[in-house]
Amino acid sequence: MEASVSTPNGPAPPPSAGKHTGAVEGSATWRLADRIGLAICWGLGLLFCAIAVAVAVYLFIQGVTYLKPSMLTTPATSGVSQSETGGFSDALIGTLMVASLGIVIALPAGIAIAVWLVEYGRPAALARITESTIEAIAGIPSIVLALFGTVIFGSTALGFLSRETEGVVFGKSFLAAGAMLSLVALPLIVASVREGLNSIPRHVREASYAVGKTKAATARRILLPACRPQVATGAVLGLGRIIGDTAIIVVLLGATQNFGPVEGAPFPLDYLRGVGTTLTNFVYEASPTGNLNQPQKAYAAAFVLLVLVLILNAIVDVIHRRARRVGTWSS
Amino acid sequence: LEEQYTPEYGPTWSDQRVERILGALVIFVVGLLLALIVVVVIRGWPSFSHNGLAWFGGGGSVEDQLGAIALSTETGASYVYTFHAWPMIWSTILICGGSVLIALFAALFVAVFIVEFAPEWMANVLQPVVRFLASVPSVIYGLIGVVVLVPFIGNHLVTEPQKASVAGVISLTGYSLLAAIAVLTVMIAPLMVSIFSDGLRSVKPGWLEGSLALGVNRWRTVWKIGVRTARSAIVAGTVLALARAIGEAVMLAMVSGSVAFAPNPADGLIFVYEPSRPLAPTIVKNIDQLSSPPFNATLFSIASVLLLSAAMASMAGYIARRAMRKYGNP
Repeated sequence: MEASVSTPNGPAPPPSAGKHTGAVEGSATWRLADRIGLAICWGLGLLFCAIAVAVAVYLFIQGVTYLKPSMLTTPATSGVSQSETGGFSDALIGTLMVASLGIVIALPAGIAIAVWLVEYGRPAALARITESTIEAIAGIPSIVLALFGTVIFGSTALGFLSRETEGVVFGKSFLAAGAMLSLVALPLIVASVREGLNSIPRHVREASYAVGKTKAATARRILLPACRPQVATGAVLGLGRIIGDTAIIVVLLGATQNFGPVEGAPFPLDYLRGVGTTLTNFVYEASPTGNLNQPQKAYAAAFVLLVLVLILNAIVDVIHRRARRVGTWSS
Repeated sequence: LEEQYTPEYGPTWSDQRVERILGALVIFVVGLLLALIVVVVIRGWPSFSHNGLAWFGGGGSVEDQLGAIALSTETGASYVYTFHAWPMIWSTILICGGSVLIALFAALFVAVFIVEFAPEWMANVLQPVVRFLASVPSVIYGLIGVVVLVPFIGNHLVTEPQKASVAGVISLTGYSLLAAIAVLTVMIAPLMVSIFSDGLRSVKPGWLEGSLALGVNRWRTVWKIGVRTARSAIVAGTVLALARAIGEAVMLAMVSGSVAFAPNPADGLIFVYEPSRPLAPTIVKNIDQLSSPPFNATLFSIASVLLLSAAMASMAGYIARRAMRKYGNP
């Protein structure tokens, strides 16, 4: 790849082998239009880096300035100034709750759908429909999913999933938000697991069938363990999408400042059936356009959110690197 | 066919049973999507049927119409459904169209750069950068837009004479088309870059080598052979980005100004400083009114338009990719 140039219009560096092309050519011999194009490439590439650095550094500085450890452990309270309104522990815990609920639903469902698509997939028409369905779910705006959720979880039959007073179902709860957020993560998990299953060569399956294993046993004992990296990648990508979603939280979690557990329910259920908040919603509410208007808290919460996302990114990286070191079927 | 098989693991985990359980789950998910489409359209139908095609037209102030809809439930009089969504549709078209066009241009160059022209160290920097930008939650982009970009536009880019020239119509505070397009572009461009570069990487090396062997320089080769062969990936990425842009609600609610005003290109270049509000943020901003039946219908009608637009985008992408299949690359 060093065959390109160090500066857009500068002299070409000593040529070496290109990645794809094996080209031995700098840009010095190109026409002006081509060199301008390469300059645009460099400019936009550097612009991307600059934006990323600006976002990261800005949030880091603001986060370090305004984030106090006490914010992570104190719940939000109402108050006049930003020093009186507590922290955002409820939002942080809410994010973790929503993320685990969403992934607990999406991961098994996603794996099952991927296994069905790759290993069974009949009748073929249903398989095609399923593929388009998964693609369509990926394209549905999350605000539309949220509105659909209000219809499902507002129905009297599902009143046990949220607050219910005298036959009127509130329809907003951690369970409702988690269930809808699992649909946001589902396409990513299905795509990732499918890719993993497809990369396992046919002879592996045939070897398993030859010793008398059923398809189900093969999938469970041979194929899924073999594509563990892809399963993990899908799960982490899905988690990232769930953590970053705001629209579903605003509509389906009640978007309160604190937990609103349902009275009279046993311990974990009272919180799961109750309303609450997450970091994304807290940032939205605390931003200058939100109802709270506490920009300092918004910075602090956004910083924590960004750190969570970066941790997830790092996990994906580690999984990929480890998978590459171990090697795959195809290599 | 199923009776011929004798399970070896006992009846509970026989293969057929697993297949049926998985199949049931698959059918459930397919059914869920169908239910979603049907429910959203049916819930929104009263608003469409009362307004007819005027739903998509302009006329009157949208804020007044929404206010009247909300009021009609409180007073107990007959429900009011009158709603003319054109300012929000126009805002959606301007913001999504603008940012997808800019992002398409930028993402194409960056993807070509990453795959072909960047020195190795630069590619190694750019790939994590693109992944980072793609994974930042949209609400964080919204926050940065509100506290950095919007004041900058309001205080430094918009001049006082410009503010005065439209003072009677709308106030220019920095919440604007420009801010919305800029932030949305940063949000969707990384998504496009990652799909485009996957497409460019899967171009058969032999095709590029053939072109190089004919003496075509690397730049021309990549654009004439590589980018053309990867067209279907480019369409797929653009469609995905467009769907994401249409559905983006919270970030746009923060930076677009949240005024149902149709920016008028006839005002000259100043229209990029004018505030507006696309369709999706309208739902988020008015979500408190969901319990009012006519308002509920109005919000669901907006949702069905969003759903329809996203579906049409992916349909167009599908047709375009089908047409390109004859050019060889997957």
